[in-house]
Amino acid sequence: MNFDYTEEQIALQDTLRRFYARDYGFEHRRAMTKSADGFDRGAWATFAEFGILALPFPEDFGGLNGTAIDTMLVMEMLGRGLALEPYLPSVVLCGGLIRDAGSAAQKEALLPAVAGGELMLAFAHFEAGGRYALDQVATKATPGGGGWKLDGAKAVVLAAPSAGKFIVSAREGLGLSLFLVDAGAPGLSLRSYPTQDGARAADLRLDGVQVGAEALIGPAGGALPLIERAVDYANAALCAEAVGIMAALNEVTLEYLKTRKQFGVPIGKFQALQHRMADMVIATEQARSMATLAAVRADSDDAAERSRSIAAAKAYVLQSARLVGQQAVQLHGGMGVTDELNVGHYFKRLTMIGLSFGDVDYHLGRFSDTLLAA
Amino acid sequence: MDLNFTPEEIAFRDEVRNFLRAKLPPEISHKVHGGKRLEKEDFVRWQKILHAKGWGAASWPANHGGTGWTAVQQHIFDEECADAGAPMQLPFGLRMVAPVIMAFGNAMQQARFLPRIVDGTDWWCQGYSEPGSGSDLASLKTRAVRNGDHYVVNGQKTWNTLGQYADWIFCLVRTSSEGRQQEGISFLLIDMKTPGITVRPIIMMDGEHEINEVWFEDVRVPVENLIGEENKGWTYAKFLLGHERTGIAGVGRSKRELKKLKAIARRESSAGRPLIEDQRFRDRIAQVELELMALEITNLRVISAEGEKKRAPGPEASILKIKGSEIQQLLTELQMQALGHYALPYLHESLDPDWSGDPAMPAYEDDAGPLSGHYFNVRKTTIYGGSNEIQKNIISQMILGL
Repeated sequence: MNFDYTEEQIALQDTLRRFYARDYGFEHRRAMTKSADGFDRGAWATFAEFGILALPFPEDFGGLNGTAIDTMLVMEMLGRGLALEPYLPSVVLCGGLIRDAGSAAQKEALLPAVAGGELMLAFAHFEAGGRYALDQVATKATPGGGGWKLDGAKAVVLAAPSAGKFIVSAREGLGLSLFLVDAGAPGLSLRSYPTQDGARAADLRLDGVQVGAEALIGPAGGALPLIERAVDYANAALCAEAVGIMAALNEVTLEYLKTRKQFGVPIGKFQALQHRMADMVIATEQARSMATLAAVRADSDDAAERSRSIAAAKAYVLQSARLVGQQAVQLHGGMGVTDELNVGHYFKRLTMIGLSFGDVDYHLGRFSDTLLAA
Repeated sequence: MDLNFTPEEIAFRDEVRNFLRAKLPPEISHKVHGGKRLEKEDFVRWQKILHAKGWGAASWPANHGGTGWTAVQQHIFDEECADAGAPMQLPFGLRMVAPVIMAFGNAMQQARFLPRIVDGTDWWCQGYSEPGSGSDLASLKTRAVRNGDHYVVNGQKTWNTLGQYADWIFCLVRTSSEGRQQEGISFLLIDMKTPGITVRPIIMMDGEHEINEVWFEDVRVPVENLIGEENKGWTYAKFLLGHERTGIAGVGRSKRELKKLKAIARRESSAGRPLIEDQRFRDRIAQVELELMALEITNLRVISAEGEKKRAPGPEASILKIKGSEIQQLLTELQMQALGHYALPYLHESLDPDWSGDPAMPAYEDDAGPLSGHYFNVRKTTIYGGSNEIQKNIISQMILGL
């Protein structure tokens, strides 16, 4: 048992920290949220240079063979930097799916392109009526035309406007299947919009989208375990991103408590506020412990243990995130509710993490139900 | 970064398990699992068994008669002992006064006191708090006046745990009223058989005699029992409190109590179904389990960082104290709540080791009796060892610099 990062991991962390301090300040980010893409393509190219777009992929496909711990470390830094770039959907989630379930040809075609920054992917799985349950898919796959015809609608597909290809889930008979769909495929339409945290997403409609046999990812009708694994992986990554944001919020809030004066003294001299800040620090340290657990278990082949630990971690981290986010705003007083400080922006991202890939109730319920097994 | 035990650590865990299976007396573990009252003899007997194996002081360095174990080994040992139902090793000698004697005592004091702590000969108790000095400990008034080669001690200590059995008490006493109040405190070791000491019980909410007041009336203490320098006691006191807090997380014991909570929730029924199938109650168990999972890892992070730096526990220990105490309280609250109607009867005799239910109350399980009392008892955990509010002061001042 040890809790240390390797020298390489520390170096990567420093690189990303320097990048955000130097090239991705608050005003720059604000400008990017208002740009057409909603993120910084220059930053994406820099990520490719750093190698983080290749991190979780096998060496044979241009990757760096990184572990979930490496992904955790990157996500924590992206959280601190309040990154708008679609690292989670494209690299962690879809890249991870192709890595774990794609054919050799699919890996060859997709992973080097993702790693190089030329191709972005998006995960078109969740639907309006299914909420967070992973098996609730109404989109249909009908065999025909040497492949399948896809019909249905997908809700709030993260990073959809910038995606070159989608991974779309669809029901065929009793099972779920995953298909690779080009962004320009006839019959596919997007209703794009910004999200509360400044990123981009879209609702998708699929009207008779024809895909070939080579578009199938993994076994026909047997995709649910793959989806579960990929979403677990994404949730472990989101835990790390949330921890990065909480650590950053604690730093700016602490600084504010030391500098903002009322009644002639820094407001950090007031015990009510000191204890609130102590609660935020405790919540963040505990969340960091659970995010570490999630990362360690994300690579586990024991699906039950992996799911149980990551459900626990997400449920816990989200509760900590709610406390830290809300109290960071509260301790900043009126300035906390403006658009002018990074506090509000961190808070919005943290809140949206709490509603992505399962909320507190969903994950607590998943964990709680494992107690029924004796 | 790796949360798995190494093969060596797994071998060590198995060694501890085998030892516990062979050497932990079943009549003692029966009491622990059943929440029964532990007697002085139980604690002493277990300490002597551990000492015979060379495991009497898991947290001490080997040169003082300890195991010299790594932080992870200590964690494994704690967890296995708790799970097997071993009595907690009382902290007053092992984890409180001993580190102070090692760090600040002279060679003679180390040779005199440490071996008798680890082998279970001496029972130590604590003389810190006073009726007027709780959270504001440095305001303490018990006086020690130098008279030749003795100090003469007068005053009153309180919240003294199990001092009715003690051979020795470590005391903070005022030796000067000059300067800041922290600067006039000294750290004295006092033989409980010295004339002038009176121990009076304080009965707690659960009806048990666990706590005392201790009165000192012209108690003569040889100056050789002074630790370190006169008027430097506050430094030693704070050092001791840091050590107290790390042991206080109680992860192993809470894991045992969580197991017990789940067993009760499977056994008790609600509307004809096992209580654990009631989603509202199950979610409460799940929530406290999450807290405990997080605390276990945070605890390991803190102790492994301390192990590397070879330093005394820092202010991070306050996080462990706050979370650990809250979890202990939540667990006892849920155990009590799980009993439903049968949380109400007060059958004090159920704490006796040979009590095994009342034939006239067949639905009243023999381990139900102590549970409500435990809930009332552990309200102390967020108050003792520096209340949780004091811990938050420590975090905001020592870690955050507010």
